[in-house]
Amino acid sequence: MSMDYYREYILDHYRNPRNYGKLDHPDAHAEDNNPLCGDQLAIDLQVEDDHITEVRFQGRGCAISQAAASMLSEMIEGKTVEEVVQLGKDDVLDALGIPISPARTKCAFLSLRVLHRSLALAGLEKPTMDDEDDQ
Amino acid sequence: MPTSESVPVTTVEHTKTNSAIRTAAEMRKDFPILARQVHGKPLVYLDSTSSSQKPYAVIEAMSTYYEMYHANVHRGVYEISEEATARMEKARVKVARFINAHRSKQVIFTRNTTESINLVAYSWGNANITAGDLIVLTEMEHHSNLVPWQLLAQRTGARLEFVPVTDEGLLNLDVYEQLLQQQPKLVAFTHMSNVLGTINPAQEMIMHAHAVGAIVLLDAAQSVPHMHVDVQALDVDFLCFSSHKMLGPTGIGVLYGKRDLLEAMPPFMSGGDMIRKVGLRESTWNDLPWKFEAGTPAIAEAVGLGAAVDYLNTLGMENVFKHEQEITAYALEQLQTIPGLTIYGPDVTKRGGVVSFTLADIHPHDLASILDQEMGVAIRAGHHCAQPLMERYDLAATARASFYVYTVQEDIDALVQGLRKALQIFNL
Repeated sequence: MSMDYYREYILDHYRNPRNYGKLDHPDAHAEDNNPLCGDQLAIDLQVEDDHITEVRFQGRGCAISQAAASMLSEMIEGKTVEEVVQLGKDDVLDALGIPISPARTKCAFLSLRVLHRSLALAGLEKPTMDDEDDQ
Repeated sequence: MPTSESVPVTTVEHTKTNSAIRTAAEMRKDFPILARQVHGKPLVYLDSTSSSQKPYAVIEAMSTYYEMYHANVHRGVYEISEEATARMEKARVKVARFINAHRSKQVIFTRNTTESINLVAYSWGNANITAGDLIVLTEMEHHSNLVPWQLLAQRTGARLEFVPVTDEGLLNLDVYEQLLQQQPKLVAFTHMSNVLGTINPAQEMIMHAHAVGAIVLLDAAQSVPHMHVDVQALDVDFLCFSSHKMLGPTGIGVLYGKRDLLEAMPPFMSGGDMIRKVGLRESTWNDLPWKFEAGTPAIAEAVGLGAAVDYLNTLGMENVFKHEQEITAYALEQLQTIPGLTIYGPDVTKRGGVVSFTLADIHPHDLASILDQEMGVAIRAGHHCAQPLMERYDLAATARASFYVYTVQEDIDALVQGLRKALQIFNL
């Protein structure tokens, strides 16, 4: 049960987040919070030749939201913009590898929402992911 | 149309306090939900500040109402409509007596504390607040006693000022006195913080506000369920609270107001039941309290709230408060034994049964998940609808355990055991 929730690799991403920080001159940037529990997240992307060449994120929040952000940052680095645009909730759930209860979906998908928003704000994708659609 | 006269509650015999004090352990049998399990463990419910559980007395009063008396109120001339009306108005008298209102017509049924505050912000606020007027609030308000005043200020051009919170979790009363010197029109504050548990010195604050001519609204959502609140002793102008935090059903709350204020206020919601005479182009309003109760009210909920008041009266609010003080003292003592745990808010002499805390670098949401799944312990995690207060302490969230009449030491022990498990899971 909770041991499922808090597997070692999730705690590892929480304690040692990959790609943590920010970029001085990001090509794409967005931030948001999860009003339910106060999780905060900001994502910076560097985009060259339609590829995500660098990712940085900063945030604070629960292990689920911050581990998901860390995993997502690893997942998208080096990918094409087109590939990243296609990323959805299932990809995040697969990476987390744990059952997410309804109350925690906002935590799990916060980084995905911010990622898509950053691409949308940079004009790299149409705003597709409904912010309120992750219940 | 309501015809029954408002009942002068001062003539009604005061409810007797049961001399034989029942222990919380005995009382738990009255609350069916406390017998259930979650994740294969007995439910340990430590979120009563958010919403309390309900005793059989309340559940059965509502079932009986639907089985025996349900009809629309204030309209029918037939037997069961009259019975429904009588039961609803009897509940109003019980509530009025519970808070020592002078007359039952000063008790207006709303949906909840939030709606009660909105009623005052729109009805009294729009009629009395103008550009440049000062409204004094505090940094420890629930969003429901903050946002309605922000909107009122936007509508009218009024100014908002805030009494700061000290590191200890108390209101800075020196600043409060300074703000009063600017002659606010309205002072609105919480009687008891839903995050820190702080019980504010309401009587003194109201007296000082009145001395400069301010009207005072007290958010009593957390105090009325847990301690004896006397609106006449407080001399408060408006008092707002919710049924569901005091053993009653959801969907009904109370606005108490001083009679002259309520009578001068225009309606908030409009429609049926709140009218005296309706023409195509204009109408006149019903008497208090129905002027503010448009449409078919929450009748079963009023009956349930009445039963909750009866239940609390049988326990005696002094005993309720004393029990929570004891449980809170025990909780504070036990929580302090956990390494890395930080407790927010004042010492037990200045707080009610609410304890907010953080544990090491474990996010409160993770704590709540672990407590739920490992121990069946229900606590609240988050900003508790008090984001400005969270920012005051530079916190994104806290974990919060809160207690009520049915909370026993074993509940606290389960909480502490769960927190130790969380430390293990997080390798701390």
